[in-house]
Amino acid sequence: MAQLSSTLLYIAFILYLIGTFFFGGAIRDKKEKPSTNRWSMLGIVITIVGFVSQLGYFITRWIAAGHAPVSNLFEFTTFFGMMLVGAFIIIYFIYKISVLGLFTLPVALLVIAYASMFPREITPLIPALQSDWLHIHVTTAAAGEAILAVSFAAGLIYLIRVVDQSKPSKRTFWLEVIMFCLITTLGFVAVSTAFSLADYEAKFTWVDKNKQQAEVVYDMPALVGPHKGTLEKESADRFEPLVHMPAIINAKKLNTVIWSLIGGTVLYLLLRLVLRKRIAAALQPLVKHVNLDLTDEISYRAVAIGFPVFTLGALIFAMIWAQIAWTRFWGWDPKEVWALITWLFYAAFLHLRLSRGWHGEKSAWLAVIGFAIIMFNLVAVNLVIAGLHSYAGS
Amino acid sequence: MEQVKCECGHVNPHGTVFCESCGKPLEEDTSKKLLDMRYEGSARRSQTYNKTIIDKIWNFFSSVKVGVWLIVITLVASAIGTIFPQEMYIPPNVSPAEYYKDQYGWAGKLYYELGFNNLYGSWWYMLLIASIGVSLVICSLDRVIPLYRALQKQGVTRHPTFLQRQRLFSASQVADENRVFSQMKERLIKRRYHVREENGNILAEKGRFSRWGPYVNHIGLIIFLIGAMLRFVPGMYVDKVLWIREGETKEIPGTGGKYFLKNEKFIFEVYEKGKDNEVFNAAIDRVGNGTVAKTYQTNVVLYKRVGPIVPGEEPKLKKVKEYNIRVNEPLKYDHYALYQVDFKMNEPNKMAFNLIDKATNQSFGTVTVDLHNPQSSYNLGNGYRVELLSYFPDFYFDDDGNPATKSKIPNNPAFVFKMITPDKPKGEVSFVAIRQTIEPFGNNKYKMAFAGLDTRNVSGLTVRRDFTLWILGIGGVIFMIGLIQGMYWNHRRIWLQRVNGEVWLAAHTNKNWFGLKNEMKHIIEGTGLAMPIDQAEVEKKAAQGGDRNGATK
Amino acid sequence: MKKQRLVVRTVILLLLLSAVGYTIYSNFFTEKTSIKVGATAPDFVLTDLNGKSHRLSDYRGKGVFLNFWGTWCKPCEREMPYINRQYEAYKQQGVEVLAVNVGEPKLSVQKFIDQFGLTFPVAIDREDQVMNAYDIDQLPATFLIDKNGKIKKIITGTMTEEMVQQYMESIKP
Repeated sequence: MAQLSSTLLYIAFILYLIGTFFFGGAIRDKKEKPSTNRWSMLGIVITIVGFVSQLGYFITRWIAAGHAPVSNLFEFTTFFGMMLVGAFIIIYFIYKISVLGLFTLPVALLVIAYASMFPREITPLIPALQSDWLHIHVTTAAAGEAILAVSFAAGLIYLIRVVDQSKPSKRTFWLEVIMFCLITTLGFVAVSTAFSLADYEAKFTWVDKNKQQAEVVYDMPALVGPHKGTLEKESADRFEPLVHMPAIINAKKLNTVIWSLIGGTVLYLLLRLVLRKRIAAALQPLVKHVNLDLTDEISYRAVAIGFPVFTLGALIFAMIWAQIAWTRFWGWDPKEVWALITWLFYAAFLHLRLSRGWHGEKSAWLAVIGFAIIMFNLVAVNLVIAGLHSYAGS
Repeated sequence: MEQVKCECGHVNPHGTVFCESCGKPLEEDTSKKLLDMRYEGSARRSQTYNKTIIDKIWNFFSSVKVGVWLIVITLVASAIGTIFPQEMYIPPNVSPAEYYKDQYGWAGKLYYELGFNNLYGSWWYMLLIASIGVSLVICSLDRVIPLYRALQKQGVTRHPTFLQRQRLFSASQVADENRVFSQMKERLIKRRYHVREENGNILAEKGRFSRWGPYVNHIGLIIFLIGAMLRFVPGMYVDKVLWIREGETKEIPGTGGKYFLKNEKFIFEVYEKGKDNEVFNAAIDRVGNGTVAKTYQTNVVLYKRVGPIVPGEEPKLKKVKEYNIRVNEPLKYDHYALYQVDFKMNEPNKMAFNLIDKATNQSFGTVTVDLHNPQSSYNLGNGYRVELLSYFPDFYFDDDGNPATKSKIPNNPAFVFKMITPDKPKGEVSFVAIRQTIEPFGNNKYKMAFAGLDTRNVSGLTVRRDFTLWILGIGGVIFMIGLIQGMYWNHRRIWLQRVNGEVWLAAHTNKNWFGLKNEMKHIIEGTGLAMPIDQAEVEKKAAQGGDRNGATK
Repeated sequence: MKKQRLVVRTVILLLLLSAVGYTIYSNFFTEKTSIKVGATAPDFVLTDLNGKSHRLSDYRGKGVFLNFWGTWCKPCEREMPYINRQYEAYKQQGVEVLAVNVGEPKLSVQKFIDQFGLTFPVAIDREDQVMNAYDIDQLPATFLIDKNGKIKKIITGTMTEEMVQQYMESIKP
C-alpha cells in the first residue's frame, strides 16, 4: 500500500510536469482563443488526472498509516502542493485562463519536489498529534494557504506583464529577486538530489553550545563545518570544511542553504546566459495577451476565497485544537505567531484594496509578499525557529 | 445646518460625494470619468467634523490608513518576538538574563535588554492590540451608519450622469422599450434580483447583505477581544498545575477544595518495532527504536468533597467518575478540565537498607524508609536499632558545605543514620546518599547497605477553567460569518432607465466584476440591449496608449 | 446635533479607554492570586506537631500571624528566629503565630523546630489543602489576619526582625 502510494505521487508529479507544457502550448497556439483551444483542454485534463493520482497517493497513504498523511514536513508540504493544484483547477474553471496553469503548476511542482527532499517514511504519531483535529486543522490551513498561493501566481503574471523591462529599475530588480528565489528552490532540489544519488556522507565530531561532544552527519560536502568539527575516521577522505561555525549556528543547515544558493545562482546565471535577458523579460512574451484587469481580479478573488478558509483552518481550528491538546488556545508558539502574521498581512491587503484602492500592480506586489510570508512559515519556522510545531521538521 | 440639497429634492448630509437618492455628483470632480462608489459616496462623519480634541482622537482612529499601520506595526512586532524563544519556552530553572546571553551571544543579550523576551505580554504590545480594537470600533461605526443610510435612501431613478459614470454602462436604442423592460424585469427576478420600479425605470439589486459582512466580522473581532480582556477579571480563569504520584489522592488546586483526584496509574508507551504497524519501521529506525512517544496517560478517579469545605480537615469524598486522561483527551467536569502535560518516571518512594557488619557482610535486618514520611527509629530486634537523625529528600551541599535539601521531593534522598548495636551501644553515625557513604566520626564497624528502591511515576496535570472560552467562541463564529458574508457574496446592482429615447443600462458590483459581466451577458441576450462596456478597461487602454511592451521589441 | 455627536463620541471613547485601562491595570499592577487583601481569610483546620488542633476561625478576636514555610527555604530559615522572638513578646497581647509547613516529613519539621527552639504552633499541611486555599506559589509567604478574620497584608519574601515586629503590632487586637 505504501509502495502504491509513492508510485501515485510520482505519477502525479510527472503529469503536472506534462500539464505545464500543455498550458505553455496553449499560449503559443495563436489560431484559437487560448481558453478553449485543444492544448489547454489537454492541459487541464492532464492536471486533473494528476490531481486524482495525488489524491490516490493521499488516500492510500492514509490507509497505510492509519492517520491522515499531514503529520510531518514531507507530508504537509506535499499536501500543500496538492491543494495548490486543486485551487488552480477550481479557479481555472471559473476564469478559463491557461497562463495561470503555466505559472501555478511549476510552483506546485517546486513545492512537491522540495517536500520530497525531507524524510519520506510514514511516521507514527506522537501523543499530541493523535487527534481528529490533525486532519481537520492541517488540511483546512493548507487549503487556505494554497488558495492564497494562487493569488501569488496571478500576481506574478500581472507583474511580469506590467513591469517595464526596457530599462533596469527597482521593479525589474525585485521581480528578478522573486525569480531567483524560485530558481534557488530548484537549486536546492537539484543539489540535494545530486548528492543523495552520489550517496555522499561525511561524519563530523563537533562541540555543541553546551560544550558537549556530538556527532553530525552531512549529506553534502561541508563548505561550512560545525563548531570545532573534525571528520571522523570513516569519512576521512571527505571534503574538509573551508570555515567552522560558532556553536550557536546550525552549521549543517547553513551548509545546505549555501549549497542551494550556489545551485540556484549557477542555474540562474546559466539561464541568463542562454536567454541574454532578465528571466522576467524572457517570460514576458508568454503573458503578452493576458487581460490585466482579469488577472488582478483573479489575484484578489483568490485572496477573497482563501482568507476565510485560512482563518478557519490556521487560526480558529488551530485554537480549538490547541485548547484540547496544549491546554490553551493560544500560546505564542512561533508557528502560531506566523499564522497570525500571515493573517494580519492579508487583512492589511484587503483593507488597502477595499478602502484605499490599492489595485493592480500594488496589489500584485502584496500578493507576492503574502506568499513569501506563507513560505517563511512553512520552511523557516519549521527548520530554523524551534517551537512546539518543530516536530514537523526533523 | 450644513446640508446639501440636490436638484432632485433630496437633502444630503454635508460631505456627501453624490446624492444619496438620485446619484447626481454633488462635488464636481471632472478629473475622473468613473464615480468612486466606495461607501456609496456617503459622508464619512469623521472627515466632516474636526473641531475638538475628542474629534481629533476620533478621526485618528477612524482612518483606515491608521488601522493598516497599526496592523503592520503589530505584524512586525510579532515577527520580532519569534527571533528567539519567548521566556515561557526557555528552561524554567535558569535566569533569563543569563540564558539569552549564553545561548545567543550579544544578540540574545540585546534581545533581553530590549524586553523582547516577553514581547507578547509587554504593555506596548497589549496597547497595540488594544489600539487595533479601538480602531475597529470607530472605523466600523463611522462607516456603517452612513452606508446604511445611503443604501436605504437610494432612489430608483438616477441622474443620467450617475449611470454614465458607472464602470459598466451602455446606451441602446430599441424598437419596443416596454417589451425590453418587462423582459429584463422577468429575467432579473429569475436571477434572484430584487427589482424596484419607479417611473418606468428599474433598479435591480441582489446580495446587499454582503455589504454588512465587514461590519459583522469586525463585531466578531471586537467580541473576541472583549473575551481576551475578560481573562484578567478575577474568577474567569483558572490555570494550575497538579503533580500527583501514583496511588496519591490530592485536592485539585483551583477548585476551592471541591474536587479531589486519585492517580491510579501513569502509563508511558513508546513505538516499538515489531509491536506497532510495520509501515513505521523505517521511521522508527531513523530516530532510534523506543524514542518516539506513543502514549502519555493517567488513569484517575475524580472525587467530589461532600459536606462543608474546611481545608486541612480530612475530606469526605464521593466518587464522581473514572477516566483515562491522555494528551488530546482531557478530563472535563463542571467547567474544569484536567490535561496531561508532563510526567516524571520512577520517582523514589521507598528505600530499603540492610544493617550489615562491614567485615563479615552479615545482615542484622532491613530498614525500609518511606521517603515521604520516614520514621525516626527502626527497631530490628536483638538489640539492633537504627535511628534516622536527619533526612534530606533532595540532597545537596549548601554554600557552607552542610548537607541540605533543595525541595521536599525525594529526587536524591540522603540520610544520617545512627546504628545502635549490642557492641556499639552509643551508636555509629553514617551519612548515606545514593552511591555515597560518609562516616563523619571515623571508621565504622557497621554500615547501611542499599537493599532496594521502590519507585512511583508522577503525572503532571494542568487544571484549567476558562469562562472566557464561550465568548471567544461566539466572537470567532460571528467573525467567520461576517467574513463569508462579505467575501463569498457580492452586492450587484443594475439600473435600467429611459433617457432621451434610449435605454441606458448601468451596473455595479462591489467585487467580482468578471462574474457580473458574465451575468449581464446572459441577462441581455436577445433583448437588443447593447452589452455594457467596461469603462475602467477602456480608460486604462487609453492611458497606456497602445501596447507598450518593452521586452518584445 | 453637533453637540450630541460630541457627547456620543466622548462616551464611546471613554468606554474604550476604560476597558483598555482596566485590562492593562489588572494585568500589570495587581496580584494574580485569588486571595486578596481585605478579604476574609479562608478558614482551615490543622493539627500541630504537639497534636493540638487549630482552627483559624477559633482565633477571632485575636490577630493571627500566618506563615507558610519549608525547611529547604533559606529565607524561611532566616526569619524563623525573628518570628519566634517577637511571638514571645506579642503572644500576651493577643497575637497568635501559626506556622504552616508545606507538607514535609514530620521528621524534618520536628528537627527544624528543635534546632530553632520554636515555641509557636507548627502544623504540617500534608495534603496541600491549606496551601491551595491560600494560593501559595512562593515561600516564605506571610498573611496578617486581624481580629475580625480579615487579611490585612500579604508578605512574600523575607522579613527583617523589625518588620516582623511592626506586622505583629499592626494586628494586635
